[in-house]
Amino acid sequence: MKTRREFIKVSTIGAGGLAAAGGLLTALPIKDIFGQSETVENLKSNANKQLPTYCEICFWQCAAWVNTDEDGEIKSIIGNNDDPHCNGRLCPRGTAGVGMYKDEDRLKNPKLRTTVNGKQVFKDVSWDEAFDFIAEKMNKIKEEHGPECTALFTHGSGGKFLGHMLKAFGSSNIAAPSYAQCRGPREVGFIATYGAGIGSPEPTDIRDSRCLVLIGSHIGENMHNGQVQEMSDMIRNDATIITVDPRFSTAASKSKFWLPIKPATDLALLLAWIHEIIYNDYYDKAYIEKYAYGFEELKAHVKNFTPEWAYGITTIEPKVIRETAREMRNSAPSVIIHPGRHVTWYGDDTQRLRAVAILNALLGSWGRRGGFYNPEGLSLLKYPSPKYPKPKKDWRDAFPGKFKLADLALASGMCDASVPSLSRDCSIKAWIVNGTNLIETLPNQANTLKAIEALDLLVVIDTMPMEITGYADIILPECTYLERYDTVRTSAHRIPTLALRMPAHKPLYDSKPDWWIAKELGTRLGLEEYFGYENIEEMLDWQLKEVGSSLEEMQKIGVKKLDREYPDLYFLNGEDYEFNTNTGKIELYSTALEAEGFDPMPKYTAHPEPDPRFYRLNYGRAPMHTFSRTTNNPQLFDLMEENMVWVNPKVAKEWYLKNGQEVWLENQDGIVSDFSIKVRITERIRFDSVYMVHGFGHTRKQLSRAYGRGASDTQLITNVMLDPVMGGTGMRGNFVTFHTEEPERLNKNIKTDSTKVEGGKA
Amino acid sequence: MAIDTNLCVGCSDCVVACQVENNVPVGYARDWVVEVVEGTYPNLAIELRSERCNHCDNSPCVRACPTGASHYAEGGIVLVTPDECIGCAACIESCPYDARFTHPDGYADKCTFCIHRVQNGQDPACVAVCPTTCMTFGDMDDPNSEISKIVRSRKSKVLAAEAGTGPNIYYLTK
Ligand code: SF4
Repeated sequence: MKTRREFIKVSTIGAGGLAAAGGLLTALPIKDIFGQSETVENLKSNANKQLPTYCEICFWQCAAWVNTDEDGEIKSIIGNNDDPHCNGRLCPRGTAGVGMYKDEDRLKNPKLRTTVNGKQVFKDVSWDEAFDFIAEKMNKIKEEHGPECTALFTHGSGGKFLGHMLKAFGSSNIAAPSYAQCRGPREVGFIATYGAGIGSPEPTDIRDSRCLVLIGSHIGENMHNGQVQEMSDMIRNDATIITVDPRFSTAASKSKFWLPIKPATDLALLLAWIHEIIYNDYYDKAYIEKYAYGFEELKAHVKNFTPEWAYGITTIEPKVIRETAREMRNSAPSVIIHPGRHVTWYGDDTQRLRAVAILNALLGSWGRRGGFYNPEGLSLLKYPSPKYPKPKKDWRDAFPGKFKLADLALASGMCDASVPSLSRDCSIKAWIVNGTNLIETLPNQANTLKAIEALDLLVVIDTMPMEITGYADIILPECTYLERYDTVRTSAHRIPTLALRMPAHKPLYDSKPDWWIAKELGTRLGLEEYFGYENIEEMLDWQLKEVGSSLEEMQKIGVKKLDREYPDLYFLNGEDYEFNTNTGKIELYSTALEAEGFDPMPKYTAHPEPDPRFYRLNYGRAPMHTFSRTTNNPQLFDLMEENMVWVNPKVAKEWYLKNGQEVWLENQDGIVSDFSIKVRITERIRFDSVYMVHGFGHTRKQLSRAYGRGASDTQLITNVMLDPVMGGTGMRGNFVTFHTEEPERLNKNIKTDSTKVEGGKA
Repeated sequence: MAIDTNLCVGCSDCVVACQVENNVPVGYARDWVVEVVEGTYPNLAIELRSERCNHCDNSPCVRACPTGASHYAEGGIVLVTPDECIGCAACIESCPYDARFTHPDGYADKCTFCIHRVQNGQDPACVAVCPTTCMTFGDMDDPNSEISKIVRSRKSKVLAAEAGTGPNIYYLTK
């Protein structure tokens, strides 16, 4: 079927190929971010330097030094010793950051969708042309439907500038998939309990902890750098790690206790632990008495949730549940039931994270050494600009009365609000998508494509030709973090720090930084008064001088460590404290959830189980990749070229599968993976599940290395279990079966391109 | 060098750091990570090991080299002089650790313990980058060095001890 917006797979024609497009390549005269003009001397002046940056390969944002060689070319990236996020040691992805910069598949110039001989292709255009095109479309949408019918999906530092532009334009539809597709339930669960979310980096005092409980969280495979480092400290200190996971994760292999739980039953285990801790008087009485609300209700609520009860559900033996509960008590309050990060699993995730928060409260670990510390950061003043216009509507109008407890916008919600509906006066008509490959980050691809199909404008700003660019009307090439300034990193930690990112090289090709894109596009939209600075250096210098530093100083030191203003790193050792909840207490019994009609205390509900010959699809991380963002990075590709599907030997035997054999996966809805995936037969996975690393199976041929390598789990995630509390998209209720031959596709698949790249390295 | 297998998470940062530091061409590596899984579900154990040239005291590669390109340098570090290497690959065959490979430029290549860094008082790149700090580098001949102390105080093993090459990488275990 032809759609209005065909997925453009390969065809890009240069301006030369179009008679009518002559002269389109003339670049805009822009000021080079190094100085006034782009001369060879300017580049040489960057030779043999150490320039500060903070990493953009994942959200941990480790501060680093970029080393250049005698030609001013980027040579290596090394962690900054002063940075508490990394302590001078980057993870493999950060170390391989140069690969992102050097990747020859990068987006090189702006591209506009056009039709040539009845076929949709991209043609190269100038930045001027690109901005004019976008501004005209956006102004038209503003006129016809209001500025609120535009939206920004963003992940990464540059998005702040685009967000500023969109707010100035009049829309508040700004979301990152890292909320509703990832950590949202954790924030809401903790806000409901403590009146404060977890934030990033997590303020878990792992370094000083005596007991760390990981529930499906695979630290060490997720290289959240500081946490990996601190977990290592724990192992060195012989502290206890308890890992709950149906898969023998790397963390499980380092743990004193591994609880190989039946998937989807974690909440039952948590409730049994709460039961044990309350009914054995293991809990911190003074702490609960002083700080908590609803203890008696909780005690009554968990009365029957005994280890024996949980055993039947979780397959974890009662004596193990008892022993681990004791272990937690023995370490309390220096114990962390880790809130995890990607927690959108089964749709009752906010409630599961509530149970995690409650368990921490009972052990008195919130605000205590070895538990959760109180992070402190510094916020910089916003560069002076006019007030934003007040939007009259937003994505929430598509969900009347729902998800009120979501503290941030839902990317999936904005996507749904873009699907035309008779009951609303207008849907979202334009998307700006920045640094997030929505095709791979939002579950239920069919729905994402339905929304995209209905858009009037899809602008994609990225460094790489990700799947989402194939659906764009216009593609804007963003330069990598190594080639740009960004906002100063101000994230909160044990002490406040500032970290600067500055360009170590001028942007390659015709790529540009987001701050510049936002300012230029904003100017085209008549919003120049919101961008009062000539260039970003001026803005950063102003902001830094306001806090007693300067751009010059930060260029030299990269990271500035500051003293805490308040000596309250551990703040619940008997001090009076008013929590930001309705009762001013830690709410074991949540009045906020109750007011919205939800269970005030978490309950276990059984989730669907796989049919015979189907296996639960679990997915996760490998330490060398950040999902689809890094799979084409030449250095990281070299470390891990593709994902494999992990299969227990018993299952392999039943299916006559061999190690390394290519299989196709089909899910419960008849969706077959675009590409085959190799089998890894391993004892590390339970018999009722399979596991694969997320981010592979790219369908876009421009990703010359990653194309067709491995399979995409997202494609197989068509069953979404929505969290009624905050709209998180639970993605672990999908089941797959194997095909050893490529099966006929029953037209249910969205894409049918399944050409596998042959050959490749052995 | 001592590598604590209890701490290693197998992230392969050591591999990338080495490639970047030593300009190892993409597709080749002087160090690598091995994962050994033992047992059956749910009674399992994993050992993760970052492996590389063992800079053996009694190196078969040095003996196998017909030109003297493979040699012992300062402190016992085993090195290859590319200019003197004729690319016969005898050393590659002789190494029980499979630590050597033929560089695209035709010579035998492998880990140098980052001798250029060590001479400057720095740790090898892999040691310096490891987020888990599982590696310790130093002088085993000095009984007071950090590494001597660690190896004395912990259970450790060397790989392919039976080959009798006198390897110098100690894997610390539980
Ligand atoms: S954890 Fe790794 S990828 Fe993430 S910011 Fe740090 S170095 Fe970069």
